[in-house]
Amino acid sequence: MALLTCRGLRKEFGDHVVLDDLDLTVDEHQVVALIGASGSGKSTLLRCVNLLEELDDGVIELDGEEISDPRVDPDRVRRRIGMVFQSYNLFPHLSVLQNITLAPTRVHRRARVEAEAQARELLDRVGLGAKADAYPDRLSGGQQQRVAIARALANSPRLMLLDEVTSALDPELVGEVLTMIRDLKADGMTMVLATHEMGFAREVADQVCFLDGGRVVEAGPPAQVLGDPTQPRTRQFLKRIIEAGRL
Amino acid sequence: MSLLHHTPSVAQRRRAAYRRRQTTRSVLIAAASTAVLGTLLVVAVTGAPGWERVRESFLDPAIARDALPDVLAGLWLNLRLLVCCAAGALLLGLLIALLRTLRGPVFFPVRALATGYTYTFRGLPLIIVLYLLTLGVPGLRLQGMPPVLVLGGLALVLTYGGYLAEVFRAGIESVHPSQLAAARSLGLTYRQTMRHVVLPQAVRRVAPPLLNDVVALQKDVGLVSLAGPIDAVRAAQIATAETFNYTPYIVAGVLFVLLAIPLIAVTDWVTLRSARRQSGG
Repeated sequence: MALLTCRGLRKEFGDHVVLDDLDLTVDEHQVVALIGASGSGKSTLLRCVNLLEELDDGVIELDGEEISDPRVDPDRVRRRIGMVFQSYNLFPHLSVLQNITLAPTRVHRRARVEAEAQARELLDRVGLGAKADAYPDRLSGGQQQRVAIARALANSPRLMLLDEVTSALDPELVGEVLTMIRDLKADGMTMVLATHEMGFAREVADQVCFLDGGRVVEAGPPAQVLGDPTQPRTRQFLKRIIEAGRL
Repeated sequence: MSLLHHTPSVAQRRRAAYRRRQTTRSVLIAAASTAVLGTLLVVAVTGAPGWERVRESFLDPAIARDALPDVLAGLWLNLRLLVCCAAGALLLGLLIALLRTLRGPVFFPVRALATGYTYTFRGLPLIIVLYLLTLGVPGLRLQGMPPVLVLGGLALVLTYGGYLAEVFRAGIESVHPSQLAAARSLGLTYRQTMRHVVLPQAVRRVAPPLLNDVVALQKDVGLVSLAGPIDAVRAAQIATAETFNYTPYIVAGVLFVLLAIPLIAVTDWVTLRSARRQSGG
């Protein structure tokens, strides 16, 4: 069953059309990888789904409910969606533990003790239990990003949106974040991830969507889209990636 | 000191010895040049024509001793007024800054009022506000009129609230939009985002300029003497009128500077700390 359905999405920034009649369907427990050049609309699509950007046209449905309806309370929608950003965006004035418990205690009105126990459990699971009381600037990029994922998970989201979560990391730190995403997939989490890691997309995704000019140009199983693309634009993009030694 | 056992090489020991010699030399040179300049200054000032008259009318120890108790008593009033006015101005400034960030058509008049307030009270000379409130308002003979001291304090709070509001607003706007996006993506409402994510970061960032404005407020608290309350400045004025000597003003001035030193030191310390934190990443 489809958890997320996007139909005919359009988003403009001034004269620039970033999303142009874009369709996307994500089934429950499915992992969808969005690939494409910078500026192809991957990040904007994720931000639109999380209602951080206002649509210029189209419809988004989550769990059968039209969330693009302006009468829907965006705060209630975002509680069901976890989002992780390229630049981590941890709150620098809060400790790791406070970063994770902020939404559970303030948004879901959970008791502090309960929220902290859950946060420590999440941190233990990602191997950062010892860092609970550290502040974000004391952590490496990879550790910060794992905390950011844990923070999003603390809301028990139905859907996770990952926006190029390894792009800002040093190469040797990418692996620890990818391992965490693999574990999430094993737990059955539904995820949409924008990524430049083609090898990872091939391994973890059930479906790969190639975006170009704000549209899904080609979509299908990773072996087909990445191994035997039918569209010339997809082939061109992958050729450049291979030449750069990234596949 | 390193806990590791490391025997410095000959080159390192030679470097360390050289640096120690250089340090000693620098200290000696600094001491000598300070002594020379200090002596020159003392000779130039005390040897200047008219120094005797200056010393008599500004630096008379006997008059200073007589004026000190009254000036100190007055300074206690300044200090209490400062604490109340600083708290009031900080609260008012924060409130105005928050009102200016409110979004939505309903809040248009509130935003406009808050903006108008910061424009008016940053432009209006403090002394006019002070005269209007402490001399003009009591003249209305309304019922339940607060004492002049409270009205004077109100004038200070209104004026400084305008400055502090702009400092707070600059802090709020300096928090990167990605922080707002992260907070909203977690389902926090706009108000929760302000309260738990934006404001704590904003206040930390603008603590140095906020404290700097409090230092300025500390001096301007003395202006309430214009309305009559016997603060340090007023006490010095009375003593001067009795003796025809300006030493009491110097006494009050020195006390104001002494009072400001701890606050200025705290401001410098906070500034240094935040600069370190920012460069530390």
